[in-house]
Amino acid sequence: MRSVPLYAVGDRVRVRKAAPLGHVRTPYYIRGHSGVVERICGAFPNPEELAQQRDGLPAQPLYRVRFRQRDVWPGYRGGAADVLELEIFQHWIEP
Amino acid sequence: MIERGHHDMGGLPAGRVRRSEHAYEDWELRVDALMMLLIGVVGESRRMTVDELRKNVEALPPADYDKMGYYDRWVISLTQTMIQRGVITTDELARKLAAVQKRGQTSFSRRSRKSERGQKGK
Repeated sequence: MRSVPLYAVGDRVRVRKAAPLGHVRTPYYIRGHSGVVERICGAFPNPEELAQQRDGLPAQPLYRVRFRQRDVWPGYRGGAADVLELEIFQHWIEP
Repeated sequence: MIERGHHDMGGLPAGRVRRSEHAYEDWELRVDALMMLLIGVVGESRRMTVDELRKNVEALPPADYDKMGYYDRWVISLTQTMIQRGVITTDELARKLAAVQKRGQTSFSRRSRKSERGQKGK
């Protein structure tokens, strides 16, 4: 049992800006930022549900999303082409 | 609401990362082994998930979180998880801790304490 992937490689996506309780895998610093889907890693039981003794199904597609470092960090002094890749579950993504 | 979890410190100012390896205490190795058994990496028991471990680590009071080492957090968290799952009760845990304390120091606890002092001196 898994959710259908809603996004494809190359899609521009935004990480939801949310602050729920419980265990979440989406780091605070990336919430609200936009990037591009680099690959679909598969689908995995939702860790937020697993943390609460539930089965985490349907499995959530997991995306590796590529962000530009200078978009993420104010005043970033590295190269303009530097990127950061994070794995983000589908329910944390919006178009 | 809690905007940002205390543990969720990516991007915040911090000191230098020490890249050197260090030896683990015997008790730390035991906690690691216990965790591998409880999540079923080794054996078939599957008494908890790594996500529950994370949830309970992240629920530690910030001041305690900062004071504790990696495996201190693990042992508190997996104990908490065993209580939440009904594998042990708080009463059983309290009585066992008291019994162990009453038993006095073992060569194991003496050794651990000694090396703790050694680490602080560095």
